Amino acid sequence: MALDEYQKRDFKVIGKRVSRPDGIDKVTGRALYGADFYAPGMLVGKVLRSPHAHAKINSIDTSAAAKLPGVKAIVTGNDWPGHAAGEALMVQENNLAMGKALFDGHGVAAVAATSPDVADAALKLIKVDYELLPHVTDIAEAVKPGSPIVTEGVRGKKVPEDMSDNCTGYCAFGHGDLEAGFAKADLILERTFKTSSTHQGYIEPHACLATFGPDGRADLFCCTQGHYYIRQLCAEILGLDQSSIRVTASEIGGGFGGKTTAFIEPIAMLLSQKAGRPVKMVMTRDEVFKATGPTVASMSDIKIGMTSDGKITAAEALIRYEGGAWHNDTIYPGAQSAFACYDLEAVMARGVNVLTNRPKQAAYRAPGAPQSIYAVESVIDEMCQQLGLDPIDTRLKNAAKKGTKSSYGPTYDEIGLIPLLEAAKAHPHYSAPLGKNQGRGFSCGFWFNFGGETSVTLGINFDGTATLVEGNPDIGGSRASMSMMAAEELGIPYEKVRTVIADTASLGHNEVSHGSRVTFAVGLATIKAARAAIKEMCRRAAAVWGIDEDAVVWEDGFAKPAGPNAGDHEPMSLAEIAKNSPRTGGPISGHHEVTAEGAGVSFGVHLCDLEVDPETGATEVKRYTVFQDAGKAIHPDYVEGQMQGGAVQGIGWALNEEYIYGSDGRLQNAGFLDYRIPVASDLPKIDTVILEIPNPGHPYGVRGVGETGIVPPLAALSNAVSHAIGKRMFELPMSPPRILAAIKDA
Amino acid sequence: MSNIHVTTKINGDETEFLARADETLLDALRDRLRLTGAKEGCGTGDCGACSVTLDGRLVCSCLVLAAEANGKAVNTVEGMAEGETLHPLQQKFLDHAALQCGICTPGILVAAKSLLAKNPDPTETEVRYWLAGNLCRCTGYDKIINAVMDAAAEMRRA
Repeated sequence: MALDEYQKRDFKVIGKRVSRPDGIDKVTGRALYGADFYAPGMLVGKVLRSPHAHAKINSIDTSAAAKLPGVKAIVTGNDWPGHAAGEALMVQENNLAMGKALFDGHGVAAVAATSPDVADAALKLIKVDYELLPHVTDIAEAVKPGSPIVTEGVRGKKVPEDMSDNCTGYCAFGHGDLEAGFAKADLILERTFKTSSTHQGYIEPHACLATFGPDGRADLFCCTQGHYYIRQLCAEILGLDQSSIRVTASEIGGGFGGKTTAFIEPIAMLLSQKAGRPVKMVMTRDEVFKATGPTVASMSDIKIGMTSDGKITAAEALIRYEGGAWHNDTIYPGAQSAFACYDLEAVMARGVNVLTNRPKQAAYRAPGAPQSIYAVESVIDEMCQQLGLDPIDTRLKNAAKKGTKSSYGPTYDEIGLIPLLEAAKAHPHYSAPLGKNQGRGFSCGFWFNFGGETSVTLGINFDGTATLVEGNPDIGGSRASMSMMAAEELGIPYEKVRTVIADTASLGHNEVSHGSRVTFAVGLATIKAARAAIKEMCRRAAAVWGIDEDAVVWEDGFAKPAGPNAGDHEPMSLAEIAKNSPRTGGPISGHHEVTAEGAGVSFGVHLCDLEVDPETGATEVKRYTVFQDAGKAIHPDYVEGQMQGGAVQGIGWALNEEYIYGSDGRLQNAGFLDYRIPVASDLPKIDTVILEIPNPGHPYGVRGVGETGIVPPLAALSNAVSHAIGKRMFELPMSPPRILAAIKDA
Repeated sequence: MSNIHVTTKINGDETEFLARADETLLDALRDRLRLTGAKEGCGTGDCGACSVTLDGRLVCSCLVLAAEANGKAVNTVEGMAEGETLHPLQQKFLDHAALQCGICTPGILVAAKSLLAKNPDPTETEVRYWLAGNLCRCTGYDKIINAVMDAAAEMRRA
């Protein structure tokens, strides 16, 4: 697609803070989420999970459980039909183990029973004969030769020789002569950083209801970021046609990437198929922590060379990401984004994926970028400190701009990093005085953004309203944004457009709601669908007037004659054309299908002030400001919401959140009490500054805004703590014991 | 196990149901009475998504047995609006865009209503501490706090 989509214009609806269409349902309790569906004759499905980090499953005896009254179906990994390959095979094995339990919490068997009590009792009667194997949960150990090996025979081809067979993938991105670059530097710093795996922490546990009919067709209701992908996975795993499964996405209670794949849906389908009855499954919070995707843990080596006036001469990274017991490709975005903020002559980022006996990682908001950018932004901050340079001026000196060849290959079009840096520098926050034991931290952040396969259809109703049908679960107000874009094009009030999210049987394919793609790609398709409907409405008006359709223009909801030979006709409203449509050629609708490209990369910069209690090591964030380029903010409230929400998830990651494993390989903090996400009293206001540097690839200039916000907080907070205590921090989270240890070490 | 007969008043309506002895009030509300506005986020009292009031006292309904509701009044998010008229907190949540996914919203509305009944003029800090038992992962709480402060101001004027 051309990158010249953007046209500057004055908006009537876009940019207003209208009320969201699903709002009333969500403040009254009427909205239906994953666990809110019920069906006649419904059974309850539950999963038996491995208590061992790594064990061979010699046998599973379900005979006693099967005899329990009320038990209607039992399945194990042996019941998978054997159709799945590639990613679907990994998903299948992650749902129910096939021969080996690979992490604490790995599903080994599942039952469907008439009540939760019976299901629980049945799980207790299942006897699993485990043969324990050596396990590894720590990335530093897993990468070393001699480590226990999670899965034999999957070593990546290009993995460096001094790394263990747990290393399944390797990638490298960069350009230029590193040696020559480092030779020009006045200061070279080499540092190693670690981050823990953190969970997306959505408040709604995974839930679904599967109903399999005797005709072999199934309906599945579930909370997901991508019901078309869930349909594809279930079809591949169960060996069914995609057309025989209809998936309806419920309202979704948070996802952040964690609901882009299946953890229970294939099991529920299998149980329903076997029992011949609807099966509902709802995960407990313990299961969510143990058996759904956290993000990758990381260990990153960074080396940067800088001149004494702050010019980066060369930059190098080796990132190692641990994402559980299966191969994943998060090292790609990790390595690609590490230095994406900068215009560099010599740069190289290499990535290695490492297996451990932990749950299979799932995407988490800008997957891979926070970890590598945290490490890079920490080193740049330390270099500024050592050279006595201003951290924002130094970034300005090296910032990527239009025409920069990025560290991962592509050359940037219009981007917003320099305006963001200038806005941060000029903001009162940057020059405000700091108190005792306080520090200020700064960091840049980046995310690629994504487009992807998209289908929408827009019906013009006979009463002059419009119905937009799209296929992406609304994860943070996107129905409002789509209605706004349709209303803007059609020239009718926002309230006259209703946006609904179709099930998989009602609309062509739609890529998962991920990659910050929805407002960009679905918005683009919505605009094009509206323009298609407008073209048809102009044609109808032209026919009524008996003039050429090219002599009709669309303005503010009216077809108007235009041009020298159009004649003199009263403008015809959308409502009038819609009302007459049965007599002028039939119902009117517009549709658009596209694999959207030109998403437009996203930058954000964050400023953080915090105070450290030197006696306890506890931190308090005192002031926080997020600056982000939205391209064009369709609904500013929800753009701010993404910026604030991303920042606070990043704050949690930086200060509190981590998966803690014992030496037995078991997760020790699988609950919200011990895995502490930020609460209201932990936080100050999160101030936001939206910049709008239009994306050339979208008609209104939209860039995705969902993910970038989680990237800068990690380094912004680490830099702030480092300044507050006068000691550099190299590991997240910066929990009180770690900060105290750093202070005491001084 | 025999069931227990529970007589209660839910959102003002006399309601009877049978519950297992170990059944939580949350499960009874959701699975027996189909009042699914209260959500289960954790089942251990850590997230507040299941917040309801029991004789006016704010509780996590996942930590209360259904049998304990016998003879008591239960109020849930479904009872906040009066007909088509939203409670000021509900309206302010819409006006301030104080929800993204909305899963925590019912619990936060019930909790905030409970706060304003005790303290009609809370400081921002008091609101933040009162709502510290209600987890929200989407918003960073900023717009939620704004909505509660604005609703409190409007209710004081009314």
